[in-house]
Amino acid sequence: MKKRKWTTFDIILTIFMLFIVVITLYPFLNILAISLNNAVDTAKGGIHIWPRDFTFANYQEIFGSNDRLLQAFFMSILRTVVGTITGIIASTMLAYVLSRRDFVFNGLVGFLLVLTMFVSGGLIPEYMLIRQLGLINDFGVYIWPMLISAFNVIIIRSFMDNLPTALEESAKMDGANDFVIFTRIIIPLCLPVIATIALFLAVMQWNSWFDTYLYARGSEALTTLQFELMKILDNANISSGDITSQNAEVIAGQTNPQSIKMAITIIATVPILMVYPFLQKYFVTGLTLGAVKS
Amino acid sequence: MSRINNAAEAQPNLPESHSPLQTPVKPGFSSHKGKKRGPDPGNKGFFKRLSKQKALFLMSFPFVIWLLIFKYIPVAGWVMAFQDYKPQLGILEQEWVGFKHFKDLFNEPMFYRALENTLGMGILGLVFGTLSAIAFALLLNEVRFLTLKKWTQTISYLPHFVSWVIVANIVITMLSPEGIINNLLVGSGILDRPINFMAQPDMFWGIVTAADVWKETGWNAIIYLAAMAGVDPQLYEAAKVDGASRWRQMWHITLPSIRPVIIVLLILNIGNLINIGFEKQMLLGNNIVAEKALVIDLYALDYGIGMFRYSFGTAIGIFKSVISIILILICNGFAKRIGEGRVF
Repeated sequence: MKKRKWTTFDIILTIFMLFIVVITLYPFLNILAISLNNAVDTAKGGIHIWPRDFTFANYQEIFGSNDRLLQAFFMSILRTVVGTITGIIASTMLAYVLSRRDFVFNGLVGFLLVLTMFVSGGLIPEYMLIRQLGLINDFGVYIWPMLISAFNVIIIRSFMDNLPTALEESAKMDGANDFVIFTRIIIPLCLPVIATIALFLAVMQWNSWFDTYLYARGSEALTTLQFELMKILDNANISSGDITSQNAEVIAGQTNPQSIKMAITIIATVPILMVYPFLQKYFVTGLTLGAVKS
Repeated sequence: MSRINNAAEAQPNLPESHSPLQTPVKPGFSSHKGKKRGPDPGNKGFFKRLSKQKALFLMSFPFVIWLLIFKYIPVAGWVMAFQDYKPQLGILEQEWVGFKHFKDLFNEPMFYRALENTLGMGILGLVFGTLSAIAFALLLNEVRFLTLKKWTQTISYLPHFVSWVIVANIVITMLSPEGIINNLLVGSGILDRPINFMAQPDMFWGIVTAADVWKETGWNAIIYLAAMAGVDPQLYEAAKVDGASRWRQMWHITLPSIRPVIIVLLILNIGNLINIGFEKQMLLGNNIVAEKALVIDLYALDYGIGMFRYSFGTAIGIFKSVISIILILICNGFAKRIGEGRVF
């Protein structure tokens, strides 16, 4: 392409894009700076993107002296790992069955799945169901209700539809059954789409807070990072602006709930940032795959 | 898809099928025209085929059971709305009350407030969400400096992946009396003294909308950018020859080219106008602004679960589903009339 001269339009555009970058990143940097700043000093205000009185005290508080927050951290990791693995197994298996147009129940299973995208029971019937299944205050509530999402299954199935069938057919000649074909041939070929869906699932699990709020509030052990953050937010909100948290008693010395809140926010954001480069690479593919079908 | 699961879902809030510049069709497994996997079914007997497909049957069976339990039992639970549901009784032992709960619902002033808030924030979100995403995509598409383009886009969808809990924390921090927004407004002389934004009921809808725009614009722009990438470059060449400015090219080529995508997404979003959820309102709301933050889902949550009025809460859910279906049908018919093809 020919080099073009920069016009006023280009300059305005560049300034505008830089503005977008700043307003997107500033809040994260501001919170990072506050989380790394001495809590007493923070109260004086004026912290922007650089800590004035640098300290790790807020993080030490979370990882050192606060058992509940540490537990919440591990529970967040646990539900993310278990939820992602089970979700991937379920969605790929179902997607494979649905990619097999010769399966006698293909139409029925597909119909039952797709219909769930249009019809949903709603908040209350689902709550009643979870209660009757005995999943209240049970780890299962993080896994079971989210096992399958029709959207994910369709993305994986579209990917499978575009795989070459030769390998599969030769395996069949050799007498391999469908399950063996699925595990030995289909799964290795589907790794790119599995990575996409795994990232979607992991982000979803990591970010969940409402299921904890509704179904697992009564269990100390099941609390998650997002839910702990939500609780602090809630307390802060009631007095609107200034924090008179019930958590205040557990926090002593050089920290305060405001700073702890910022540190939790950072801890809850960092894993997202870590998977972000991968997400980046895969999700556009995933989205396009979802679109290409039809 | 269930609201509860949806609440925390980080996955794209995009429709299940759309390809740029092409009207999507409803995903249908049976009507799939693509390459067929597996041997031709032929005319073999049903049971003979089934016995050969034992593995497939066993692989799908548990998930069919899962679908029935987790997706269809809640739908069957709609009967609760026509009963005076008491958890200690069996579903058939309940007392049938007909439309009593719906009548109660329509007589509640709180319900109308919740409806007003839901539609208010829904419409604001739809208008500003769509406009900001299109505008951002249009402008980003014009950026010549590719490194800047790539970085801006990458950074712009970062907030989509963080949870609403974190975004709410960010919003509350930025808008607090000591926050950056107040600092800037006071510093530039627009305000005499800081205001506590989160304690202004009149500003609540606006704050929710702004937070939504901040979080989702970059993400929502992806689909428009993908559509723009498919525009025939010859069109731009021709326009350049005719001496059209970049603004004119944006307005007369790019925008009309992505019109079908805009219309399809608008229809899907209008269908979801009432399904705006409750996360933002629940996390950003507080006692002072409660009147403006009460949306239908929160209302159902407070009454249905908080006050154990399960039947009443279910009725609210059914009302929402019905409105949603009506909206989709209206939009679909409208799109058909203006000749943009139907979504379903």
